[in-house]
Amino acid sequence: MTPFGLLDWSDLVFAGFLRDPSVNEAVASAAGAFAVLGAVAALVVLTVKGWWRPLWSGWLTSLDHKRIGIMYVVLGLVMFARAIAEASVMRAQQMAALGEPGFLSAEHFGQLFTTHGTIMIFFVAMPLLTGIINFVMPLQIGARDVTFPLVNAVSLALTAAGAALLMVSLVVGRFSTGGWSGYPPFTGAAFSPGEGVDYWIWAVTLSSLGSTLTGMNFAVTIYKERCPGMHLFRMPLFTWTALCTSILMIFAMAPLTVATLMLALDRYAGFHFFTAGSGGDMMNYANLFWLFGHPEVYILILPAFGVWSEVFSTFSGKTLYGYTSLVIATMCIAVLSFTVWLHHFFTMGQAASINAVFGVATMLIGVPTGVKVYDWLLTMVRGRIRFRVPLILGCYFLATFVIGGLTGVLLANPTVDYGTHNSLFLVAHFHNMLIPGLLFGMFAAIHFWFPKAFGFRLHEGLGVLSAFLWMGGFLCAFMPLYALGLMGGMRRMAQLPEGPFGPLLAVALLGALMIAAGFAVFVLQLWWSVRHRDRLAVPHGDPWDGRTLEWALPAPPPEWNFAVLPEVDRRDPFDAAKLAGIAYALPDRYEDIEMPANSAVAPALGAAAFAVAFGLVWHIWWLVAFGLAAALAAIVARSFVTETTRTIPAAHVRQVTEGWRSIARVATPCPRRAEATGANRGRARPQQ
Amino acid sequence: MRLIPCLPVLLAASLAGPAVAETGTQAGFLWAAGPIAEAQRAHFLSIIGWMSVVIVPLFVALPVVLWRYRAGGPGAFRPDWGNSPLGEAVLWGVPALLVAVLGWNLWTETLRMDPYAPLGPDPLVIDVVTWNWGFVFVHGAAGVAEVDRLTIPAGRPVTLRMTSDSVMQSVFIPRLAGQLYAMPGMVTELNLAADGPGTFTGRNSQYNGPGFATQSFDVIALPAGEYDARIAQLAAMEGTLDAAGFDALKGDDAARPQGFGAVSDGFLAEIVGRYADPRMAGMVH
Ligand code: HEM
Ligand SMILES: [Cu+2]
Repeated sequence: MTPFGLLDWSDLVFAGFLRDPSVNEAVASAAGAFAVLGAVAALVVLTVKGWWRPLWSGWLTSLDHKRIGIMYVVLGLVMFARAIAEASVMRAQQMAALGEPGFLSAEHFGQLFTTHGTIMIFFVAMPLLTGIINFVMPLQIGARDVTFPLVNAVSLALTAAGAALLMVSLVVGRFSTGGWSGYPPFTGAAFSPGEGVDYWIWAVTLSSLGSTLTGMNFAVTIYKERCPGMHLFRMPLFTWTALCTSILMIFAMAPLTVATLMLALDRYAGFHFFTAGSGGDMMNYANLFWLFGHPEVYILILPAFGVWSEVFSTFSGKTLYGYTSLVIATMCIAVLSFTVWLHHFFTMGQAASINAVFGVATMLIGVPTGVKVYDWLLTMVRGRIRFRVPLILGCYFLATFVIGGLTGVLLANPTVDYGTHNSLFLVAHFHNMLIPGLLFGMFAAIHFWFPKAFGFRLHEGLGVLSAFLWMGGFLCAFMPLYALGLMGGMRRMAQLPEGPFGPLLAVALLGALMIAAGFAVFVLQLWWSVRHRDRLAVPHGDPWDGRTLEWALPAPPPEWNFAVLPEVDRRDPFDAAKLAGIAYALPDRYEDIEMPANSAVAPALGAAAFAVAFGLVWHIWWLVAFGLAAALAAIVARSFVTETTRTIPAAHVRQVTEGWRSIARVATPCPRRAEATGANRGRARPQQ
Repeated sequence: MRLIPCLPVLLAASLAGPAVAETGTQAGFLWAAGPIAEAQRAHFLSIIGWMSVVIVPLFVALPVVLWRYRAGGPGAFRPDWGNSPLGEAVLWGVPALLVAVLGWNLWTETLRMDPYAPLGPDPLVIDVVTWNWGFVFVHGAAGVAEVDRLTIPAGRPVTLRMTSDSVMQSVFIPRLAGQLYAMPGMVTELNLAADGPGTFTGRNSQYNGPGFATQSFDVIALPAGEYDARIAQLAAMEGTLDAAGFDALKGDDAARPQGFGAVSDGFLAEIVGRYADPRMAGMVH
């Protein structure tokens, strides 16, 4: 064996193309080249613009929850671009492969659905929601940071290391073909030798460790860092959903970590936890995986529910309808989500009565979910609805989510599931929940809080255009899949039989391209808005006539968030303050503020984790040892750091705060009808 | 917002799509050809019916609310309105009642359609062994086997006893029976029947590698007489299906025989036994 373990020049994706210059290899090489060029371009830009230093000291080593949140979102968006591209390639392949092999090898198609699913769940959805909670939640509870800022940065670094591993797999070696759920024995050493499954195992393990830490951090933050008066039942609904998601993360990520590590032991050390034979039991993997997997779907959707709650309330200019109901419903969902995992394998051959129990449990979740949908609808009743991008997406979400709910209830019935399990009907169902529910929720959140984070709004027209492309795209991409599934189309098929599938697959391809186009417009919108940020600036901080504490801050907020910790005595405190005319009053005293000092520990741990994982994938044992030693060294070194905080003098806080408030309080309040125009500088005229 | 009214139409279209499409043998349970798939279809449609109790009101109310309460619209503005006890009771009560009904149906239908329950007295037992990527069906009583093709007598209940000689697979005959996993070292049972003669597609629905997309078989339901003729035809074929013959079968896709005139005793048990833990052998009584 060479010093580089199993690694060899022939593992480079480009070598594959030289060996076999087929379309299949060309697609793989193009993707690899794209990754390499993207990385090189990023390095060049950073160097040319001299951005290394600000990147390092302002972002990578920063422990500011807002910056960590933003970095999470950026990570999610970058990975989203890749996963969308993969989805379009899969759609094109299936279109080209009716009754024939098409242009991709079956093996390559297997890698595509595996990376697409794995990336979308672990490196798009999780980073987006973690990032948005990171940014918003401490502001909403009137805190200056999360309880464990360094752990927060470490979570991000671990997640980024996992994402980097996935990107590297584009260029070096092959990825798993075992799907995002990675069922053994298919993913065991006997059936999937080589680096592919190992890439999957370590990428997912890093992400799950990051999420476990995140869950603990958020939960503790919500329990301990609320400002005076912020009782649990005064928390904004988004914070409630963040709490439930955090609790789910704490309990649900562990089974996944255990499952992937056990699978690793099977593969590396010849254990037989899940192998066929020698006492292994593959069904235990299914149980462990879905013991994670089902709560995971609620980890994904609950924060989006929180976003929708804020969106419907804010853009109707009205308090949330049924706040208590919504909180209870969220809690019910969180608890019930641990009782239903078996519905992912009704077809594994257990007794019918077990299926019936889990089926009924699954259906119970429909009750709180239905309550939520109608609570949101009633939130708009007696409001003054403004059709900004988040609300447009929100209404679309309501309409499509009930269809996903209907198909979910259908699938909860073992009888129906026997006929739809593993089919495109299922694929349509979960995309129906994930795209209008989660993904649009995250984009609504980005539109909603972007001005808070950066001090300027996103261009409204382009936002509406991308929203419509997404909305139309989703319908085209996934409604046909319901029909295809009922017509006998299965998931994960590199080719479908000839026959009636063609037209519907064509519509689905069109839909995928529309979604990709919508994303391109979104990127264009970001670029345009940055270029014209002066026109879109909302420095006073309250562009949407917001109701909760984060809107009481300038945009972007100072590092310490609140000059003086607020005291609240009700829900929607900022709305009340505006109506009472005291929203921009000056504090009567200022104090020194302690904030966490920057730390290089997180990037060091991230780099070490990447080294360990990459070494494990390719059996480069010295790299594994080196990575572990580096990680240990970083932790030990950190324990010698005595100055972990930085003091911001009261005078500075005073200067910044008064500079902003004295301007904000005399600014002309903007009426809601001018909300999407340049007249909106972030001071809202209260609606009476 | 213009899209929202189109939604139900699109949904209806995609649900109706299959009804107008010419689907051939490849189709789902909506084209039921046996009692299980018929029951699935009926249950499926009844759930859609019941669920419309909560879905239709939303589709009606959403456009009305958006129109009436849009900024500048005719609806009254009551920014503090966030609660009404009656509303709350309805919001929880209606879904709860609905789920009670649906849950009851779920329970009874699931028990009634237990895949392990034979669909009548004296079912025909057929052993199924799957591998990467194919199926062999053993007609135990007749002592013959066929490859990638399953012949059954129309109208008679059939019991499939299934195992896998590779990874986890899912044997799925949408128009007749739904699906159940076949797993190495284990035997699962799927019961089905075809109402009348016909050809139906069956396949593995659980991804198991590059040959997955084309791993399918034809199910041919024949009138009793023709079925016997087919068995006789198989019995005339050469070769015996035993462990060695089976392994040879797995090697070469192109040269796959269509059937075996004889089957070694305890073939299924032998394949299952491949995955038994030798250390456990003495412990099973
Ligand atoms: C944005 C547009 C999207 C398109 C066009 C798309 C398309 C696809 C396609 C074609 C497949 C393969 C289906 C098959 O197995 O036959 C797939 C699978 C999957 N997608 Fe998406 N998808 C999209 C977004 C998402 C999002 C947002 C998520 C999650 C947050 C997601 C999660 C998954 C998962 C988990 C799988 C299953 C992978 C597996 O089989 O293991 N997708 N998607
Ligand atoms: Cu689930």
